[in-house]
Amino acid sequence: MTNPQMVMYEEEFNQIQAIVDRLVREANAQVVFIIDKNGQLISASGETDQLDTTSLASLTAGNIAATGGIAKLLRENEFTTQFHEGERANIHIQLVGNRVILVVIFDNKTSLGLVRLRVKKASEELNSIFEALLSKVQDPNHETPFAEITDDDIDNLFND
Amino acid sequence: MSFINYLSREINCKIVYYGPGLCGKTTNLQYIYNKTNPEAKGKMISLATETERTLFFDFLPLALGEIRGFKTRFHLYTVPGQVFYDASRKLILKGVDGVVFVADSQIARMEANLESMENLRTNLAEQGYSLDKLPYVIQYNKRDMPSIAPVEELRSVLNPNGVPDFEAVAPTGDGVFETLKAIAKLVLTELKRGGAGGGAPPRR
Ligand SMILES: Nc1nc2c(ncn2[C@@H]2O[C@H](COP(=O)(O)OP(=O)(O)OP(=O)(O)O)[C@@H](O)[C@H]2O)c(=O)[nH]1
Ligand SMILES: [Mg+2]
Repeated sequence: MTNPQMVMYEEEFNQIQAIVDRLVREANAQVVFIIDKNGQLISASGETDQLDTTSLASLTAGNIAATGGIAKLLRENEFTTQFHEGERANIHIQLVGNRVILVVIFDNKTSLGLVRLRVKKASEELNSIFEALLSKVQDPNHETPFAEITDDDIDNLFND
Repeated sequence: MSFINYLSREINCKIVYYGPGLCGKTTNLQYIYNKTNPEAKGKMISLATETERTLFFDFLPLALGEIRGFKTRFHLYTVPGQVFYDASRKLILKGVDGVVFVADSQIARMEANLESMENLRTNLAEQGYSLDKLPYVIQYNKRDMPSIAPVEELRSVLNPNGVPDFEAVAPTGDGVFETLKAIAKLVLTELKRGGAGGGAPPRR
């Protein structure tokens, strides 16, 4: 089938989480999160308690998909950066390696310049981690827990 | 494209409800939302016009329970059915794991059903998917309306390959969960076969 799978393992997750945690500190941001282009949340850090991260992830991915569509119409490459300024919150959206989306939410305790600078560095690091992850997933021998599941397991999911 | 997270032990899948304008896609999601326990669902997001037509998508995250220690999460999306929103439909289809085609049973909408199904095939093909290989179910909605086509007729026109199909009245929920369960099952079965993994071209 045509669906390449996104998989997350502990090792890569820890590397990604470390970058995201550091970015919150170094950019003095409120929240940083990473989602894949289909809107699945991969990792988040900062003041995420008050945030509906699932909704945010799906809307951000929709937004990136829409701007990507516009770029195509204009025969542009994907617009890799977006910035929206609000009264209290600002949001910086960065496409990383055309694969995942890095989102930084920040207030006036920091500046766009600093956020940009830190995002740039983090993107490069993230890009190489996702490259490695992807090649691992494409290895035909990579394990999947789903080879083991039975039809009964699937049926049981619906028996309540 | 499903997303397996070994860390949080979660498996995430994307299901798209497709079909002609006003066939009842959004109503399916609203019914599911209203009948699901708060702990099993997230917020439903509807990007709609002032007249409640879907403008970009509806989104509903659902948790269906655990399989072998993995939480199964489904992200349900609807596309905008109106013909001129085709560019948006293509975007929503990206990374899809399973499709529900919602048909409008009214005789007057037969042509719209066919056109939408054709459009689904085309848009999937553009992204290298084939409807014949994708987990796919059909729902004949609006069975409560006057002037509807008999199911056998809908079936012969819209379901020549005999994929699982269901009659429905989305506002009252008839057939809604049956449809959802059927597609969820197909998606998980596909995962089990390893279909979503091996031999896939690199994502771009
Ligand atoms: N009688 C009846 N009405 C229905 C049924 N399903 C949906 N409707 C109504 O049909 C109208 C359109 O339903 P929606 O769910 O918004 O349709 P949609 O497919 O999302 O339409 P778009 O967003 O334009 O693509 C609403 O007024 C629904 O209440 C049904 O089974 N029976
Ligand atoms: Mg709708």
